Amino acid sequence: MADKIILEVARYSPEQDTKPCFATYEVPVHKEWVVLDALNYIKDKVDGSLTYRWSCRMGICGSCGMMVNGEPKLTCATFLSSYAHNGNKIRVEPLRYFPVVRDLVTELSDFLVKLKKVKPWLIRKDTVPLSQGEFLQTPEQLDYYKQFSMCINCTLCYSACPVVGLDPKFVGPAAIALAQRYNLDSRDQGAVERIAVLAHPEGIWGCTFVGECTKVCPKHVDPAGAIQQYKLNAVLDWLTSFLMPRGHNSQDVKP
Amino acid sequence: MRQEIVKAAPAYTEFHPRWYRAPVSVYWWLGQWRYLKFILRELSSLFVASFVVITLLQVRALRNGPEAYSRFQHWLQSPWMIALNLVSFLFVVFHTITWFNLAPRAMPIWVRGKRLPEFLVAAPNYAIWLVASVVIAWFVLR
Amino acid sequence: MARQSDEAFFWMLFSAGGVIAAILIPVHLFLFGLAFPLGWLPAPDYERLMSLVHMPLVRVYLFVFCSLPLFHWAHRFRYTLYDGLKVKHLNEVIFALCYGGAVAGTVLAAYLTWTIA
Ligand code: FES
Repeated sequence: MADKIILEVARYSPEQDTKPCFATYEVPVHKEWVVLDALNYIKDKVDGSLTYRWSCRMGICGSCGMMVNGEPKLTCATFLSSYAHNGNKIRVEPLRYFPVVRDLVTELSDFLVKLKKVKPWLIRKDTVPLSQGEFLQTPEQLDYYKQFSMCINCTLCYSACPVVGLDPKFVGPAAIALAQRYNLDSRDQGAVERIAVLAHPEGIWGCTFVGECTKVCPKHVDPAGAIQQYKLNAVLDWLTSFLMPRGHNSQDVKP
Repeated sequence: MRQEIVKAAPAYTEFHPRWYRAPVSVYWWLGQWRYLKFILRELSSLFVASFVVITLLQVRALRNGPEAYSRFQHWLQSPWMIALNLVSFLFVVFHTITWFNLAPRAMPIWVRGKRLPEFLVAAPNYAIWLVASVVIAWFVLR
Repeated sequence: MARQSDEAFFWMLFSAGGVIAAILIPVHLFLFGLAFPLGWLPAPDYERLMSLVHMPLVRVYLFVFCSLPLFHWAHRFRYTLYDGLKVKHLNEVIFALCYGGAVAGTVLAAYLTWTIA
């Protein structure tokens, strides 16, 4: 393996630049270094003005997402060694389709507003007094939604999704998957409240099942699957409401 | 120009002239195989439609009598139609395979609290495909 | 823009057509588009096909075979145009062309399969 690697890093300074340009840095390759280590090396040793987000360094906080050679990646989980064959050059850019604040830092309020719109929390229609204790759940009931609850809001899936780029209003993969996480939770009664945002041309119907959101997800959430499952339920829901205009249970799909 | 940017931005994001918003090229699907593959998958529908049109023409030819039908058969033998059908066949099979492989993701099947592995959900689709193809071929060739 | 219940309806047609197309079209295409014209297999003659088409079930089959995949095409092609060419602002025109085509094909299929026997 080469002991040096070239990093092409997108730089954008809102005060000086009208658009990003690339700066090239030479970085030593240590055996277990990830792209984030290389960025930290640049910030420590070469150019302290390089700006990017990170925190946990272990694929948990979801803040270090960037485009690495055109692919959305958690930079703390992307090893330099896996790019050593690629002409020893790595191109690091901010996550695609998000506004860039500076260098590699993106603006996330689009995503956060969308996330809030789908009400990703437990909604109860009844109010059960505290004295009655917890809402119990069997392991099967937990398994039913667990996959969708693994999301760390890293927004890699938004950068992988062309629909997000083409239609800025599209609710997007992670938010829909998280909505589905609560729809499938046996303790939740809020499916009806989420329909208006989800079963909407800018919600699930905007998705064309490109499927890339699922491929880039570091937590194996499968947002694309969540969206298609919701579509199928919406169709069944539409059919039942058509056949039995009264008394059908909208989007209640729990075991 | 400024007005346009404001319009393009989602309603809930404040206009912020200093943020850089990269434009999305019309050719976003070129250059990266995964997106090109998606567009090819979607374009398979064109070949689905074109074969439906050919079938409609076939039914019309049948309806118009033996002469019309032999003219239709002759038309299908022209190099252009053979080429079109060859390409169509590849696209349609591509559609079938992608369709069957994606279906289990839209239709998770839970058996006794466990989700069936995807290939177990996809396999019956392939079995149905095979059986249907054999039955139809037998019916036509008999 | 279509209402949400419409979207569910169109997506249902899209999926149903996708299933029909996935299962049935390859074998039809192989037989009638390649194997018979190229002489790989002996082509059924006119009388044989007419005797098949005289069966009501075959005509229903042909109608479904032609109509649903057209709606599958309409949905997919509509979104491919929106996204692949970035022409979502032409939504109304594209929508009318795609579904107009699918409806026209369906009407033609109904007419032909109805009047053939
Ligand atoms: S730094 Fe926390 S996920 Fe990478």
